[in-house]
Amino acid sequence: MNGKIAVLALLPTAVFAQGFAGLGTDAEGFAIPRPDRVFDFPTDHGAHPNYRIEWWYVTANLSTKAGEDYGLQWTLFRSALAPDEGDGWTSPQVWFAHAAVTRADAHYVAERFSRGGIGQAGVTAEPFLAWIDDWQLTGDFDSLNMRATGPDFAYDMDLVANGPLIFHGEDGYSVKSASGQASYYYSQPFYDIAGTLDLPGGEIAVTGQAWLDREWSSQPLADDQTGWDWFSLSFDDGAKLMGFRLRQTDGTSYTSATWIAADGTSTAYADGAFAATPLNSVTTAGRDIPTRWRVTLPARNVDVTVAAVFDDAWMDTTVPYWEGPVRVEGSHAGRGYLEMTGYE
Amino acid sequence: MNRVILAGLLSHWRRNLLQLITLLAGLALATALWSGVQAVNVEARASYDAAAATLGEGRYDQLLRRDGQPIALATYVKLRRAGWLVSPVVQGQEAGIRIIGIDPLTAPGDLGPVQIGEDADLQAFLSYTGQLFANADSAKALRDLATEIIIVADIAPGTAITDIGVAQRLLGKPGQIDRLIVAPAQPLRQAALAEIAPELSRQVAQGGSDVARLTDSFHLNLTAFGLLSFSVGIFIVNGAIGLAFEQRRPVVRTLRALGVPLRRLILIMAAELAMMALVAGLIGVSLGYILASVLLPDVAATLRGLYGAEVAGTLTLRPIWWLSGLAIALGGTAIAASGAFWQLAQMPLLAGAQPRAQVMAAGRRARWQAVLAVALLLIALVLAFTAQGLVAGFALLASMLIGAALALPMVLDRILAFAQARARDVRSTWFWADTRQQLPGLSLALMALLLALAANVGVSTMVSSFRLTFVGFLDQRLASELYVRADSDEMAEGIVSYVSPRVDTILPIQSVDVTMRGQPVEVFGNRDHATYRDNWTLLSSSPAPWDNVANGTAILINEQFARRADLDIGDTITLGTTPLDIAGIYGDYGNPIGQAVINEALFAQLYPNVRPARFGLRLDDADVPILVRDMARDLQIPETHLVNQAQIKAFSVGIFDRTFTVTQALNVLTLSVAGFAMLMSLLTLAAMRVPQLAPAWAMGMTRRSLGRYELLRAVLLAVLTAIAALPLGLLLSWALLDIVNVAAFGWKLPMFLFPAEYAKLLILALIAAALAALWPAWQLSRTPPSDLLKVFSNER
Repeated sequence: MNGKIAVLALLPTAVFAQGFAGLGTDAEGFAIPRPDRVFDFPTDHGAHPNYRIEWWYVTANLSTKAGEDYGLQWTLFRSALAPDEGDGWTSPQVWFAHAAVTRADAHYVAERFSRGGIGQAGVTAEPFLAWIDDWQLTGDFDSLNMRATGPDFAYDMDLVANGPLIFHGEDGYSVKSASGQASYYYSQPFYDIAGTLDLPGGEIAVTGQAWLDREWSSQPLADDQTGWDWFSLSFDDGAKLMGFRLRQTDGTSYTSATWIAADGTSTAYADGAFAATPLNSVTTAGRDIPTRWRVTLPARNVDVTVAAVFDDAWMDTTVPYWEGPVRVEGSHAGRGYLEMTGYE
Repeated sequence: MNRVILAGLLSHWRRNLLQLITLLAGLALATALWSGVQAVNVEARASYDAAAATLGEGRYDQLLRRDGQPIALATYVKLRRAGWLVSPVVQGQEAGIRIIGIDPLTAPGDLGPVQIGEDADLQAFLSYTGQLFANADSAKALRDLATEIIIVADIAPGTAITDIGVAQRLLGKPGQIDRLIVAPAQPLRQAALAEIAPELSRQVAQGGSDVARLTDSFHLNLTAFGLLSFSVGIFIVNGAIGLAFEQRRPVVRTLRALGVPLRRLILIMAAELAMMALVAGLIGVSLGYILASVLLPDVAATLRGLYGAEVAGTLTLRPIWWLSGLAIALGGTAIAASGAFWQLAQMPLLAGAQPRAQVMAAGRRARWQAVLAVALLLIALVLAFTAQGLVAGFALLASMLIGAALALPMVLDRILAFAQARARDVRSTWFWADTRQQLPGLSLALMALLLALAANVGVSTMVSSFRLTFVGFLDQRLASELYVRADSDEMAEGIVSYVSPRVDTILPIQSVDVTMRGQPVEVFGNRDHATYRDNWTLLSSSPAPWDNVANGTAILINEQFARRADLDIGDTITLGTTPLDIAGIYGDYGNPIGQAVINEALFAQLYPNVRPARFGLRLDDADVPILVRDMARDLQIPETHLVNQAQIKAFSVGIFDRTFTVTQALNVLTLSVAGFAMLMSLLTLAAMRVPQLAPAWAMGMTRRSLGRYELLRAVLLAVLTAIAALPLGLLLSWALLDIVNVAAFGWKLPMFLFPAEYAKLLILALIAAALAALWPAWQLSRTPPSDLLKVFSNER
């Protein structure tokens, strides 16, 4: 086995990678999310090294002038081997990042790693800068520049927010299991995005909507949870829906959702209100992956079919998962992003 | 049925136990020498590979500072932020072990042999205490470090791998990076290196480790030796099988007369031989293993001293040896027996087994042998003038050696016939005639002796020439009495001002790595000084080369670079933007890459940022120890920074003596094998000799004098063979030095002759032959008269 992969497979990587690698409920030395946190901005846009894991997660649905659909992902993860920052190379903070561009017939992926403490990667709140190597997300959070490069693609995007931050769960305290695992979770789903994609065929100008998720925690998954299916949907009428389903070993699942009205008011829904049911699966990377779903939120009369723009949007990264743009049809039409982890 | 046939055939070996032993021993010895030498080679190469894999050397491009200083952390981060996927490495010595610090998060995927598997844990590897991965020997040396040590067998000897943070702490090099490994796949939109870090230069991957290429020459010698030893052994086996088949003709005749089909007979005999080959092969591989484990420490010491290459001093038993050893034993037997089988298949059903018929058959064979020998020698002759490249070089070696070996019986026969024609009295006429008559039976042993002697002459000429050249080269290169290295510019200034009043001259040594004509080249900026003018020998030069170098219009290049870039005197190459004439080409033995010398002033103009970090000091030999002592005391210069020329030379010579130990051990072994071949041939011939000697005895020669003649004959044949071996050996070394070496390493070694060495070999050959003949001769002198009488009483 490849040495580095072997090393990294041991990383207590990220929550989305199913409940492996000792991501259980013990969080010794790490802070644990509590309800009733008062968020403090811009400080909370920065890193929280006393929590085990954290991410800055941007997805975007893009179109060219000719109407061709593209999906884009920029993600920076922080995974701490021990709480707090250390000096230089002895830092226990491990950073890694994923970038991807997806269109109807192709999916480009790149991945980066770094440790904290040396300046190769990190996040500062003021001025806001999240970076790893030459990848960066920088600006004042309401307007951001976002860049990433891979061996066969690159992009350079500008994002401008035209709505408020949305806090999921109980004012940003997002419960993830019946036994109480939770994270801090807020989003900025109102970005307009424009820029250029540099793909093997040449540069392409694109515009669209982007969605940024911020989440940090120390024990996000329960022992009996094997993976999750996460949806961020933007409807044509301006409303948005975030919903996820955490799959459990007994076949049941734990769900949670946030309805975001076009004016920026949001409503959180507890376990059971939101439902997502696989309709069709495809085999990609040797796994059965459901790429067509029925998603319902009866409280908002939502009953839609969600289908992948490109079935093979497999993130062939050190910790692999599926992530790609989707089209929405049914009671509401629109676009969005789908992430599925823990499919073995 | 098969069992009966086999029993009939096997009965021969029961009656001729000695022949069986010869066959098995010859095969076992051949296999042992071959697999022993291969084992040494494989082990050494495995060590280099482990080292190369550990360091990523050769496989990945690397970034280094032009001035050899450490790379700042800020430079690393700047490169990463500019989209350069590079990974930092720091290294240094601790308790005699090379500690290598890597960053597992950015290192290219397959870097390092450390397969951090299920029981490893990144948290521990990245933690403050850290983890060191090393083999058992290194782990022992490092046991006092306050770090967890994990023993992994395939880490290069003398090396330990750990996280860069841990390595920086253990080595006392906080924040320091020695080099950056460039990942093979780089992203789009990357800024140019010169814009981000102009102080770094990119060293292109060489597709193999430097060490492996440096030591190739050494291994080539060993391989050539192994191959020659093996062919010597195969000659013995061929002789034994040939004899056994001849002697078994009556059995074969009887079996065939009883109705056994030829095909079945051949199959059964082949199975019999294959069985013997397997047994001998197993013994041979075991012997080879012992041989290798005896030789390996010396080889390891040689390689370490000569090239700084670390080779584990202990042998790992690899299954591939067993297989290759057995395969070579089977293959060798097949080659050795093919002639015998062919003859068996051609034999008329009722052909008798008569010694005279044997000789007649041998006569027919000899004609074919002569044709083959002449053909091979002609091929060798053509190749000698045209050969270029390794394959042609080896083809030349093979055709020359085999051709000469095949021609040997003919040549000896001519010489003996010549002597016989000039013999005056009956006894000497008989002696020459009898010797000629015996020649076919002994020819295989003599051919083996020829090859063994030629190999000895060839290889010792090559090694000795190498030694002489290298020592001369050291004289040239280490012309200054004392060398001192500085860690920093301040230290360099301190040294210069300190030693100025105490030495005759200070010669700054400065160099940069550049790429010229697609080749990596080290460019040196030398001061114009008599030290260089007087000591450097140029292989070829234009008029007044040093004057032209001094005025900044010319450059000197080493032979490797000249050959690889196809450059010659008078050509012009460009350094930066400065065109320079090639004024001279110098020998640069043992250096894997190109090198060039320009004038100090031109160097300073082209590379203003490079400061000399080493200095050659010219002073009286007698003052060296005092200056060394004073500098260590007054400037706190570590001992490792001071190099005393006399010490280096003594050290180098010591290393060569190690090489000689190995070479000589192999010399003695091959000679012993040849001597053994001779002994076995004489012993098997002894029984057949009785009918031939009985008439001489009957006519009044005493058994004692018959024995003496036997001894004399063996020594005489050995002397003739040795005389033939000398020119062959010299040709062999010429081919090795002039063709194989140039093809393999890009430089030509001058050839020197060592008459005393050859005389010693000649005496050794005589002793071997005399020892081999002693017992058969003694036996002959003790043959009971009744046995001799029996010759006349019954037709055997």
